[in-house]
Amino acid sequence: MKRYEAVARVADRVQQGALTVVCNGMIGREVFAHRDLPTQFYMIGSMGLASSIGLGLALVQPERTVVVFDGDGNVLMGMGALASIAAEAPPNLYHIVFDNAAHGSTGDQRTISDRVPLEDVALAAGYHHTQRITELDEVDDAMAELFSEPGPAMLLIEVERGNQPGIGRVEPTPPELTARFRRVVQGVSAASE
Amino acid sequence: MPQRFLDLLEALGYNFFTGVPCSLFEGVTRILDREPRYGYVSAVREDSALAIAAGAHLGGRQPVVLMQNSGLGVSVNAIVSLNQIYGIPALIVVSWRGQPAGSGEQAPQDWRMDAPEHIIMGGVTRPFLDLLKIPFAVFDPATIEQDLASLTQTMRETRKPVALVVPKGMLQ
Repeated sequence: MKRYEAVARVADRVQQGALTVVCNGMIGREVFAHRDLPTQFYMIGSMGLASSIGLGLALVQPERTVVVFDGDGNVLMGMGALASIAAEAPPNLYHIVFDNAAHGSTGDQRTISDRVPLEDVALAAGYHHTQRITELDEVDDAMAELFSEPGPAMLLIEVERGNQPGIGRVEPTPPELTARFRRVVQGVSAASE
Repeated sequence: MPQRFLDLLEALGYNFFTGVPCSLFEGVTRILDREPRYGYVSAVREDSALAIAAGAHLGGRQPVVLMQNSGLGVSVNAIVSLNQIYGIPALIVVSWRGQPAGSGEQAPQDWRMDAPEHIIMGGVTRPFLDLLKIPFAVFDPATIEQDLASLTQTMRETRKPVALVVPKGMLQ
C-alpha cells in the first residue's frame, strides 16, 4: 500500500479528542495534507524524538489517548525510547509505525528495518501488544484492535517506498503549533476539572 | 542542599522531572528516585529526556531536565530543532565535569583534573551554552534562590530553555 493511503486511513481511525504526535519528514506533511487538527502536533526537526514527546505527554495526560505517528527511520534513530515507553508503561500510549524500510524524506535511502522487525523490538522491550500488517484493508480492524486494550502498544504498517506528489509543508509555524496544541490540551483539562 | 534545591524548584512551579544522572548531582537524583510524588522519568539519553520534557510541557507541565555536560553534546539537535524553534521551555540542570581550574575557559591539558573524557567538554561548557544562546547561571549557594528565580523568569518570557550549571560539590 502507498504510505499516504495508510496515513490517511489511520488518521481517520484515531478517535476524536485523542492527542497525536507526528514524527518529522513526509509522514507529518501527509497527515497535515490529509486533515489538519489542533490535536495534532507535527514534528519538523528532531528526528527520532516523536515517541519520547508522546511518552511525556501520555504521562502527564493520563485521561487522554495519545497516539504517535512514526517512521522506521525515526524509530531506529530513537530506539532507546522504546525501552523508556515500555518501562514507564503508560496505558494510554499507542505507537503507529509506517515502515517502508527507507528514509522517504531524503530520497528513499535504505534503513535496516527490513532485517530488524521493529514490532519485535518493541515487544521484547515490554510493549503490551504489537501487530504488523501489510494490506490497506487490514487497517480498520487493526486500529480497532489496537485501541481495544491498554497500551503501550505498537501497530506497524508495511508501506511502499515513494512519496505522494504535491504534498505541501506543514503551514503553521512551530510556535503556532505549540500554542494551539497546548490550548486544546488545557482547554479540555480545565473544562473537566 | 539537594532537598532545598528541589523545594526551590517546586516553589518556582517546576512540576515534571526527567533526565540522565551525573555524580555531581547524585543527591538530587537519589531523592527524585526515592519519592514517587516527583514522578521522575529516568531517561535513556539526554535528547530523549528533553523530548519527554517537551511532551510534558505540551501537556501543561513546567519541566526540569537533569544531565551531565557530556549530554549537552547529545542534546544539540533537540535544543535547536525542538525546544528553541517550537518555543518549548525547560530548565536544564547540567553538571560541570571537567571544570577548568581558575576562571579560564580553555581547559589545560591536565589529565589528572578529571576523567579524560570530560576535560574538553568541561573547557567549552560555558562558550557552548553561549553559542547555543541558552541563558545560564553557575550554581552558587549564596545566590541560588535569586538565580533560579531570574532564570525561570527568562524561561517563561522567552519560552526557551535555560540552564543551571552545577560544579562539583554543590548537589552531591
